[in-house]
Parts: sequence; C-alpha cells; structure tokens
Amino acid sequence: MSRDMMGAFELYQPDSVDGAVALLQKFGEDGWALAGGNDSLDWFKDRIKRPKYVVDLGGIAALKGIRESADGGVEIGALTTLTEIERSELIMGRYKVLADAARRVASPQIRNTGTIGGNVCQDARCWYYRYGVNCYRAGGNRCYADTPEGQNREHCLFGADRCVAVSPSDTAPALVVLDAKMLVVGPKGQREVPAEQFFIGPNVDITRMTSLEDGEVLTAIRLPMDWSGARFYFEKVADRNTWDFPLVNIAAAMTVSGDKIEKIRIAAGAVQCVPRRLTAVEAVVTGQPKNADTATLAGQSAVRGATPLNFNHFKIPLLQNLVTRAIRDA
Amino acid sequence: MADDRDDDRPQFPEPRYDAGPLSKATSRRTFIKGVIASGAAVSSVGYLFTAACSRSTGSVGGVERMLVLNVNGQMRPVDVLPQETLAMTLRYRLGLTGTKLGCDRGECGACTVLIGDVASYSCSTLTHAVRNRAITTIEGLEGPNGELHVVQQAMIDELGPQCGFCTPGQIMSAVALLKANPKPTREEARHAMSGNLCRCGAYDHYLNAVMRAADAGDRLSETRAAV
Repeated sequence: MSRDMMGAFELYQPDSVDGAVALLQKFGEDGWALAGGNDSLDWFKDRIKRPKYVVDLGGIAALKGIRESADGGVEIGALTTLTEIERSELIMGRYKVLADAARRVASPQIRNTGTIGGNVCQDARCWYYRYGVNCYRAGGNRCYADTPEGQNREHCLFGADRCVAVSPSDTAPALVVLDAKMLVVGPKGQREVPAEQFFIGPNVDITRMTSLEDGEVLTAIRLPMDWSGARFYFEKVADRNTWDFPLVNIAAAMTVSGDKIEKIRIAAGAVQCVPRRLTAVEAVVTGQPKNADTATLAGQSAVRGATPLNFNHFKIPLLQNLVTRAIRDA
Repeated sequence: MADDRDDDRPQFPEPRYDAGPLSKATSRRTFIKGVIASGAAVSSVGYLFTAACSRSTGSVGGVERMLVLNVNGQMRPVDVLPQETLAMTLRYRLGLTGTKLGCDRGECGACTVLIGDVASYSCSTLTHAVRNRAITTIEGLEGPNGELHVVQQAMIDELGPQCGFCTPGQIMSAVALLKANPKPTREEARHAMSGNLCRCGAYDHYLNAVMRAADAGDRLSETRAAV
C-alpha cells in the first residue's frame, strides 16, 4: 500500500505545550500534531494527508510520565507510551483495566513508541477511508462500506450516520469506564473533557473522531479515584493477537458489596464510532446479585437496538458474550 | 560502453563478479558499502531522495537538516530530511543495510532497531525525533573482534532463520527482551517477539534461539561470578 516515501513537510520540535499550541494555531489546517507517529506516518506515506507543517510533540517533557495527583487520582501525560502504562505499578495497582487494555494494543514495538494520547486520537480505521476515497468522512458524499458489496465486517452495530466506521482504540473503553477526564490545552486556554464526551460520532462531526478543535492538544488524562482498586474486566477479540484492531473489545469496572453489584460502568469498543457506554447493562445489573443469571441478562440487554451491516452480524453474539463474561468474571 | 562515458562522472572500480567467491579484491557487497559510505550517489538512492529534496531546503524555523546521530556507539554526521524515517537514514544515508524494510508501515518488524534499549520500528520513527538517542542496529551487535552476539550465535545454533530477511529484526527484538528480562519464560519470549513477522513461519526456531541465548547469557554471568 505504501506508494512512495512521504511528501515534504517542515518539522517543528517545540519543547513546551504553549510553544506547540502557538505553532499549531499559526499553521491552522496546514499543521499536524505528531505524537508516536504510528498513525500519522501511514497517512503521510500514502499521501492522503499532506500537512505542510508537522509539530512533533515528542520533545515536550511535561507531556510524559505517570504521576499521582493531589486528589488521590492518577494523571497520565498524553505522550506516555503504552508500554510505560502496561508496566506501571501505579496503574496496575489501581486501574488494572487500563494496563490490560494497553497491553493488548498492536505489537510490542508499537506500544514502545505509541502513546496513550495517540491511541485515543487515532483516526478511523475504515479501509475505504484509509485508501483515500472521497467518502463522507473525507468530506465527500457517499459511504463505500455501507453498500451491498461493501466489506464492512469490521464496521459498526450502533450509531451509524452516513459513516459506519468504529472507534478502533483499546484504551478508549477503559478510559470511559474509569470516568477519565481529558485535559485539553488550546489557544483559548485549558479545558477538561470527560472521556465519554471527548469521543464524538458522525452525528456531531463526521470528519473527526474527537472533540479536539484546531490548534488544541490533548495534554494529560486524569483518572479520578472513584474507581481506584475496583473489580475490573478487559477483553479484546481480534482476528490476530498481535497488531490487529479489535472486532469488539469490552471494559468494565464494578464494585460489589456482599453478593450484589453496587456500582458499575461498562463500555465496548469497535461497535460504534465512539466507545459505547452500555448504560442499559449498567441499569439492568446494578443492585442485582453477581451471578450467571444476571450476566446472561446483561449480555442480552447489551445488544438491543444493534443494527448490523451485511457482513458484521457476528458482532452481535460476540458483544453479547463479552458482556456476559465481563459481568460474570470481573 | 567506455566510448559514450562522460568523463565528469565519478569513476568507480568495476566490481569483479568473475573473480570467484574467494576473491579478496572487491566483493559486490564491499563495493556497494564503500560507495554508500563515501557519500556518492548510487542510482537508486538518488531516485529515492530527488523528489523530496527540492522543496525542503531552507525551511524557516523548522529542524536543522544536518545532525549528528549516535549509531552503534559512533557519532555519525548526516543530512536528514524532515520527513525521513530512521530506516531510510540508516539504510540509504549511513549504509547500514542490515536493517531491512519489509512493509514500511509498522506491520512486519523487519526494520526493528534499538532506540536506547527499547525495540522500535525504524520505519515508523522520524530520524529527527531520535536525534539525541543511542541507536543500535544489527551491525552494532558484534564484539570488538568481530565475534557474534550471543543471540546471533544462538540463531545459528538453532537454525533460526530460513530465508533470513526478517532475522535482523527478530534478533533486535530478542536483544531488547534479554536486556530487560535476562531469564524470560518461553511465553514471555513469545510475547516479546510477537511484533516480528516471519513469512517462512520459523517462529518456533526463533523462540528456541531466544531461549538458548538466555541460557547462554546465564551461563556467561555464572562463569564471570565464579571468576
């Protein structure tokens, strides 16, 4: 697929967030923020995205590292690598679901350079879109995946709106169940966005997958202490164990008192354009005994309203089973 | 051929393909390496870079193209385009062709090198992003007297490679693993090597080699402790 080496661009390596924001604001649509490069460089090699100016965030020390925050939660710099997250004792001890999710991303080498910020900000993996066709997401006026012949095995079950691409991230559902707050810095200053609202579907803006505006940079992810040390579950199903994006993944956090599920958050990836928080499941199982019957019921309620495409019917029982297991085994 | 030759063109010694395998004069390999190292333009290298060179000169405020790269313990001055990947720099600027380019998009692992002590895909890394880092390629593994690295020797002993194209990448992944975890379980080794494809399917042989290298490294440190 690689057509040539990358087209020319000017490379900037600021050493502060403010510097990066100023550059990105100056360059506007011609600019591009680069983290680990595992997604960006593919776009450049295919010459489908051709920024004139690339701002490499890798030299900004403030964006790296995992630290305890004052309120007892944990703050993760956006440029922290996935390897650092999967090996962090702090994350393993308190938010294991995120470490487990990070460990299932791509391959060891990609996790060594790939960042948590890049993993949640990566673009849609629909292969028609990636091929460079002029689809809705690319600014055109048709979808190539949602047609009778379209190869849409990897595409969505929920929330289709012209585009049927899915959220490809493994860490995103984990961040949603942990109720993470995304710290965003831009020309207008700093704002904090709950993970659930950070990701946006085609009904909000069909050409992007996050609520980041032009010139804004995701700087850190804050994990509140609400779910610290809860019971967790993460599972990813993909065609291959390495490299592959999820067909469906599931993340859950719950607290159990006695035999009853007290509190729960559960979210699935790769079934919708955003990580899908399964509120119906949460409502069904809260206050119920944590047993096989509840788990079965949870699975059934997870897939209500699913609208499969031609080739992705299999995702319905897959999602159902994963939810059942999450409730049963968390 | 000699008649229409332009005298201004650089004159290279003719490679002696007819001299037989034992010839010490100029093997094809040393000839090509020499040309690349001397900075002369091999035609394919020129082809790769001409298209991109034209626009990016004199970029205002962006990175300096000239940089000094720490490769295999040597400081190598090199002219690097802003959009150049580490794999391109290593292979086509520095002549370190042991690093292979398979897919050029982080999906095969043939280009794996160490950045610091960490295995990374050099095809998916901008050279400018690793300006101040220590880079180790397969060429940097040999000892001071040319002896093979313990992982390389283990690969030979276990008949690890078949066609050999993915081997440099496999070895670099194994070296990174053993630096971080000198006594891995077979399962840990399998996990660490999972970012390297082998189209021959020699995965189990490679795994055997990694486990043998771990054992050998272990024995080595025991001997040292005993002395």
